[in-house]
Amino acid sequence: MSYDCIVCVKQVPDTGNITGEAMKADGTVNRAALPTIFNPEDLNALEAALEIRERFGGTVTAITMGPPAAGEVLRECLYRGADRVILLTDRRAAASDTLATSYILNRAIRTIGRYDFVFCGRQAIDGDTAQVGPQLAEKLGIPQVTYYERLVDLKDRVARVRRNVGNGWEVVEARVPMLLTVLDIANEPRPPAAKRVMQYKRARTRDEVVREVAAEMPAATDAQREAECARRVQALQAQKLLMEQWNLDDIQADLSWCGVTGSPTKVHRVQSIVLTKEGYTEIPPSPEGVKRMIHELIVDHTLG
Amino acid sequence: MIEPNRNGEVWVFAEQEDESLNDVSLELCTKARELADRLGVKMAAVLPGWNVRELCYRLIAHGADKVYYVHDTKLEHYRTLPYARVMCRLIAKHKPQIVLYGATPLGRDLAPRIASEMRAGLTADCTDLEIGDYTDPKTKTTYKDLLLQIRPAFGGNIIATIVNFDRWPQMATVREGVMRMGSPDPKRTGEIVEEKVEFNDFDLAVKLIERHREPRKVNLKAARVIVAGGGGVGSKENFKLIHDLAGAIGGAVGASRAAVDSGFIGKEHQIGQTGTTVRPALYIACGISGAVQHRAGMEESAKIIAINWDKEAPIFGVAHYGIVGDLNKVIPMMIKAIKERA
Repeated sequence: MSYDCIVCVKQVPDTGNITGEAMKADGTVNRAALPTIFNPEDLNALEAALEIRERFGGTVTAITMGPPAAGEVLRECLYRGADRVILLTDRRAAASDTLATSYILNRAIRTIGRYDFVFCGRQAIDGDTAQVGPQLAEKLGIPQVTYYERLVDLKDRVARVRRNVGNGWEVVEARVPMLLTVLDIANEPRPPAAKRVMQYKRARTRDEVVREVAAEMPAATDAQREAECARRVQALQAQKLLMEQWNLDDIQADLSWCGVTGSPTKVHRVQSIVLTKEGYTEIPPSPEGVKRMIHELIVDHTLG
Repeated sequence: MIEPNRNGEVWVFAEQEDESLNDVSLELCTKARELADRLGVKMAAVLPGWNVRELCYRLIAHGADKVYYVHDTKLEHYRTLPYARVMCRLIAKHKPQIVLYGATPLGRDLAPRIASEMRAGLTADCTDLEIGDYTDPKTKTTYKDLLLQIRPAFGGNIIATIVNFDRWPQMATVREGVMRMGSPDPKRTGEIVEEKVEFNDFDLAVKLIERHREPRKVNLKAARVIVAGGGGVGSKENFKLIHDLAGAIGGAVGASRAAVDSGFIGKEHQIGQTGTTVRPALYIACGISGAVQHRAGMEESAKIIAINWDKEAPIFGVAHYGIVGDLNKVIPMMIKAIKERA
């Protein structure tokens, strides 16, 4: 019996390595100056799906929602073994909070149609909310099993999963379809396979083709560029190297559920934390000084 | 989604496991009490479980005016779907204006499921909550007395304040240990409201097969926080201070070679080139001068606090926070600050 898996992946700024250059003069983070990476736990999610395909057969489809540049993480999925990849990109989806994001992913997954497992990383390092997985499961109307550590058993469409709940673990059982959020301790994500890198490094989304043509043919007329795009897209399609690209219309999304309108949470204020400087902060050996230090450590996530 | 309801109560989801309440739920009671008083409304806790009626009284002692108690064998051990069913039903019925959850593995599993079903906003991992006004920059409409949900974002590099003005309840998860837990008042009285919730087959689709809980063990490698003492601690008896601080902060106890060689503590606690190499989120070096062999075992820690009377001690060279002073005075201050967390 084979199983079809969908993996939700995200391209994220490398928040673990923010340097002074990534801060703007007004103290906000300059996202553009940050290197982007494949969200770490999404690689664990992809690995978990690939393992299921290897053991039981089936397919692995990776989807990502983001700007056109997110096509990069989809190539990474192809290098590691994904059968199909889909980029979900639309300006109208910008500024979606976790609820709007899960609605959009849910529309995309319903458009794909058949599936047994949806895998997500537990959380993305740019927001650390861990909300999209459970919210997506609710939107799809399927059970969620968070904190996936390993598959204990899978037989006749009934899965037993061990989940790690911090102060222990439990084994739960449910019938597919279900959504799983995967922990970094679940597995060791495989590196890209050299052969697949050779095969897929030229894979492109339609948007990437348009950008490349614009960059390579600055002097050409619009008509010439369009013709060149069409030619390249056709060639990629023939070689099965055209990565699917969907917008909100393709997935029949209700726009009132997307983007700013679809997001109940609004950002009121943003303050930046002063980045670590040379030397240390001297704390006076007084109750007030110590209290302030402890408070800072709680606010910056070190304690708590 | 429910309509904004200015008379709505402030709620805390009371998280219990094996008949014991999670501390974060009591911390939230203290905070929710403040918020409810500020808004002039009642504060209630929602307690799903089985045979845990006793816990209602603790929640009341910690500030709840009411406890919605849902008693059902199906709620004995936490499972997402029946717990989410309980919360959604009660939210739809009583229309609270604020619902708070601990940002525990359980709370972070449950709250987003509820938010999605209710189509309400949810802010994860708040470190502070306040009541305040918000003016929508587009419509210039001012919304009064909203829940300001304050949280770090972007890997802790920014602090964002989030509001949710139109799709209520306003919900947030709050990190454990961030809010102060007030002292209970056993004389406080409150109302216990028993609620009954029906479950359908889907709610019970996930079965719990096996369950295992572990007491927390001391493991230097895995510890998020390490409190380490050195020769400057002075004596084996005085090393109790290090244990006390570690206990208060929920960390493991480490030591420098000087402390181990002087017999203050066992060798298994030694950190450094000849001991264990660690890289916790926080390393607190107390009375450790910071010889290169010791630094090699801990300088990769994300944050380092050094406490030493000698301001020339090399440990300050790798520290993020330095306290030049007497550890016998500074450590008790730290324990007090951690316990108060005000």
